[in-house]
Amino acid sequence: MQLAIRHRTRYRYDPAVAAVGVRLKLYPPTFAAQHPVAWTVAVNGVAVAPGFRDGWGDQVATHFVRGEVAAVEIEAAGVVDTRDEAGVVRGLREAVRPGMCLRATPRTEADSAIAALAREALEDGGTQLQQAHRLQDLVTARIAYRAGHTDGATTAPVALASGAGVCQDHAHVVIAAARSLGWPARYVAGYCLHAEDGGDDVATHAWAELWLDGIGWVGFDASNDLCPTDAYVRLCAGLDAFDAAPIRGHVEGAGAEALDVRVAIHPAGAEQ
Amino acid sequence: MFDEMNGDDGARPPYCGVAHWLDTLGLATLDGKRREAETLFRRSGITFAVYGEGGDPERLIPFDLIPRVFGRDEWQRLAAGIVQRARALNAFLWDVYHRGEILRAGVVPEALVYRNRAFLPEMVGFDPPGRIYAHIVGIDLVRTGPGEFRVLEDNCRTPSGVSYMLENREIMMRMFPELFAGNRVEPVDGYADQLRATLEDMAPRHGPRAPVCVVLTPGPFNAAYYEHSYLADQMGAELVEARDLFVDDGALWMKTTRGPTRVDVVYRRIDDEFLDPLVFRPDSYLGVAGLMDVYRAGRVTLVSAPGAGVADDKAVYCYVPEMIRFYLGEAPVLENVPTWQCALPEHRDHVLTHLDELVVKEVHGSGGYGMLIGPRASAAERAEFARKIAHDPAAFIAQPTLSLSTVPTLTPRGIASRHVDFRPFCLVGRQIRLTPGGLTRVALREGSLVVNSSQGGGVKDTWVLSE
Repeated sequence: MQLAIRHRTRYRYDPAVAAVGVRLKLYPPTFAAQHPVAWTVAVNGVAVAPGFRDGWGDQVATHFVRGEVAAVEIEAAGVVDTRDEAGVVRGLREAVRPGMCLRATPRTEADSAIAALAREALEDGGTQLQQAHRLQDLVTARIAYRAGHTDGATTAPVALASGAGVCQDHAHVVIAAARSLGWPARYVAGYCLHAEDGGDDVATHAWAELWLDGIGWVGFDASNDLCPTDAYVRLCAGLDAFDAAPIRGHVEGAGAEALDVRVAIHPAGAEQ
Repeated sequence: MFDEMNGDDGARPPYCGVAHWLDTLGLATLDGKRREAETLFRRSGITFAVYGEGGDPERLIPFDLIPRVFGRDEWQRLAAGIVQRARALNAFLWDVYHRGEILRAGVVPEALVYRNRAFLPEMVGFDPPGRIYAHIVGIDLVRTGPGEFRVLEDNCRTPSGVSYMLENREIMMRMFPELFAGNRVEPVDGYADQLRATLEDMAPRHGPRAPVCVVLTPGPFNAAYYEHSYLADQMGAELVEARDLFVDDGALWMKTTRGPTRVDVVYRRIDDEFLDPLVFRPDSYLGVAGLMDVYRAGRVTLVSAPGAGVADDKAVYCYVPEMIRFYLGEAPVLENVPTWQCALPEHRDHVLTHLDELVVKEVHGSGGYGMLIGPRASAAERAEFARKIAHDPAAFIAQPTLSLSTVPTLTPRGIASRHVDFRPFCLVGRQIRLTPGGLTRVALREGSLVVNSSQGGGVKDTWVLSE
């Protein structure tokens, strides 16, 4: 499939601030399941090229806007060729080793409830792949999709206990549970054509990748109870949502910040 | 107990000159000189804290006038061991941030490295200039006999104390020129030039002009601020704080009265987590937004490399002799102190049943805090540590109580033996540079084994004889 994507993020500052630095991981990497045909990233209309590729295989750019900054608009747009690889990540140029993805972060520390959930996924036996699917099913069943119930700082234990959350919470719980079993797990930010978090407030999507012996990294999207298909575009990875944030900003000055995010994603040629 | 000066039949050879000097000088003169030295130190403004010790930045560390002396042969062996260790630690760092061969080979446990909080995934796959991560390696050594040296710990981040090595010597030479006229002591005053050369070695680009090197300090409230400003001054480098630097156009710049100057090398004396608010702690005011990405793009060099601390963890320390064999194919010149890792069940059992003989340390602790000296501790203190170890075994290691060597020291009741340790500073650039000397810390309390300045430690000038 070919997906056309336009991802616009706008920060407004009132009063204007002296400078804003942004760190962008907004460049979809090429691997077996996806290949960007055309892709540009611009900040306030200025094209920004990546400076280096990090250990996760993601290209990173840093850009500064200086002098009476009232707004910063970041636009990532282009067309990505996708293929359904059943969530398996093949051919990604990355240096991070699976063992590094066993470390807990403040958002993905497992509590006893998450550890119990993880053990439950093993109960019916089967292969590790089947158990991973079972874990995904369990998280989908235990955490209802509900926007506005959690926020960016919500931890995996809190999300599970509250029983509701968004894609970030689903991914964090899958990751925390997998690591409690000794399975390397990581957080992936990206886009999804049929994301359940659709509607006007659609932002980026997120899911988990688990390292399965003999297979490698496989994506699990508990928000859709699905492994990523050709409807998914993978942006960047990290140990958790904070680590894998496609955009991080640093503001010099003390203006109140307002954020507006729009993601439009369509099969190419079907743009509205 | 081994005293470095007083052997069975008189002064040991390296100390003959010092012993003679002490005899000639007499106690009363020595005490007068001690007060004079203290005045000189106060006037120079030197204040001090060894890495991670915290404490009062305004406090003066007691300086003991009686030098600690190494003979030429003793030093040659020490130097070989120090350099070997610095090479192996850097090889280890490059390896764990790349393919991790030593982990795949099962020589070092993967979890110990990858789940270590000092290990930074942000550094994975990156090649720092010369593949060097730890450019200033401070190795803490103790001596237990004439030929017995052991490494207590490695410091791969920003080991401090070198300003004391330099100032102690300067003050000794000013006060006792005749002492240096009569003894062939290797100079240490080349250190600042060598540090500068090491930094310049590491510049990402080499043009017609000399690379611009800066010392990045957290500021005057940091306990080691004196050292930061002293080293910058001695090297002829700018001492900067975060507000003096900015990132633009893919490079790091320093604000100057003549406009922005591009910076090539940053000798940073701030911790990893504060380096760059866009990558690490977002609330850091000590670092520079965008610095990490300029570094990773190969357009500025950070000394030491972020993530170098994974090599000086107290649990990773246990494997340094294995690293030396693995990367260099050599036998370690300097031995470790035998160490029990409480994370291993059989080690833990041994530790819990031998608490009265062992020194227990926190893996991430430093400065002599969070430490149990078993033979000196009360039953209640030992019980407290047993509980702590049971609660979080991986956070503790234990070592036998070593009988540290002593060196004569001036005390309120005359000259007496006091325990010492030693921190030499090894510079690793395109070449390895080791200044013949280092920082000798002395436990001023009688019988005490704790040399940390925050707990009653003092310092001495350290001599390496050239013949």
